[in-house]
Amino acid sequence: MPHDHPGHGQGMSPSGHPYRPDDDTPLSYWQRMEIAVRELLVEKGIATSDEIQAQIERMDARSPAMGAEVVARAWTDPEYKARLLADGSAACREMDVEVDTLKLVVVENTPAEHNVIVCTLCSCYPRNLLGLPPDWYKSRSYRSRTVREPRKVLAEFGLDLPETMQVRVHDSTADMRYLVLPQRPAGTQGWEPKRLAALVTRDAMIGVAVPRIA
Amino acid sequence: MTPPDVAPLPFAPPYPVQATPRFSPGDIVRVLRADGPGHIRTPWYVRGRIGRIERICGAFANPEELAYGRDGHPERVLYRVRFSMQELWGEDADRLQDTLDAEIFEHWLEARNAP
Repeated sequence: MPHDHPGHGQGMSPSGHPYRPDDDTPLSYWQRMEIAVRELLVEKGIATSDEIQAQIERMDARSPAMGAEVVARAWTDPEYKARLLADGSAACREMDVEVDTLKLVVVENTPAEHNVIVCTLCSCYPRNLLGLPPDWYKSRSYRSRTVREPRKVLAEFGLDLPETMQVRVHDSTADMRYLVLPQRPAGTQGWEPKRLAALVTRDAMIGVAVPRIA
Repeated sequence: MTPPDVAPLPFAPPYPVQATPRFSPGDIVRVLRADGPGHIRTPWYVRGRIGRIERICGAFANPEELAYGRDGHPERVLYRVRFSMQELWGEDADRLQDTLDAEIFEHWLEARNAP
C-alpha cells in the first residue's frame, strides 16, 4: 500500500531512526480465495460484514488465560478435576467457555507420565479454550518430529524428561481436541486459583513445558 | 510385541454411540494398510500398525464423505488407538515404551488377536 504523503520509507525519521519499508508482499492464492469467498458471502446476503468482524473479534478475544483458569480450578477442586477428565467440554462450559463444537479430551500429567499434543495432519487445536495456536505448532517440523522423536523435541523446548518417565504423544487426528492438565508445582500449597493460573502457560497446556514457580 | 496397556477409564464416554461399536477398550486392532480418495484422517505412519483401543470417543460424521459436501452419514464410531513407539518406528525410537494415541475411525480398523 503506497503512502498517501511523501517522505515515508526513505531517509531518517524526525527522531533520527531510519524508516523501515513496509513488508507488503503479493497476495497468495489462498488469500485471494478467502477475500473472494468473503465478498461473495456478503454480496449474496449470507453473512454481513459486521457478523464477520464480530466473529474475528470473538476469536481474537480467546486466550490461554481461559485454559489456565480451567487448570487452576482442577488443581484446587478434585470434583471439578474428575468432571474435567470425564467430559472436558462440559467442564469448560461450567467455566463459561464458549464450547461450540469443541470436544475436549483432557490428559493428565503425573509423576510417571508426561503428555504432549500434536496434530500431524493439519493444526487441530482447542481454539475455544486457548485461542489461536502458536506458529510453531503449525510448522511441519513440530508436526512431523513430535510423533517421531518427542523426547528430542521436548528437550529443544527445554524439557529434559527422565528415562523413567512415560511419554504419551496424542495426535489430534479427527474430532477430538486436547488439553494437557499439567502437574501442580510443589510449593504452591494454599495458593488461590488466580495465583495458580498465572503459572499455567500455553506451552504447559500443549505439553511442551511444565509450570514452574518463577 | 504386545501393544501398550490402557488403563480402564473411570467414566462413561461423553458422546454416546447409537450403534454397537465393533471394538471395546483394551482390544488389539490393526489399522488397515489402505488408501483411497478423499479427506482421510488416518495418518500414513499408523497404517498397517497394531495398537490397542484406548477409548471410544463417540460416533461422528465420516470426514471422507464430508469433504465432498455430503452429510457423512451414517456416522462412524471413532476410537483412540494407542501404539508403542517401537511399533511405529522400530528399534531406533527415542524410547521404545513411549506411546502415541491417535483417533481412528472404525472402518479403518480390523481385529487382531494377541501375538
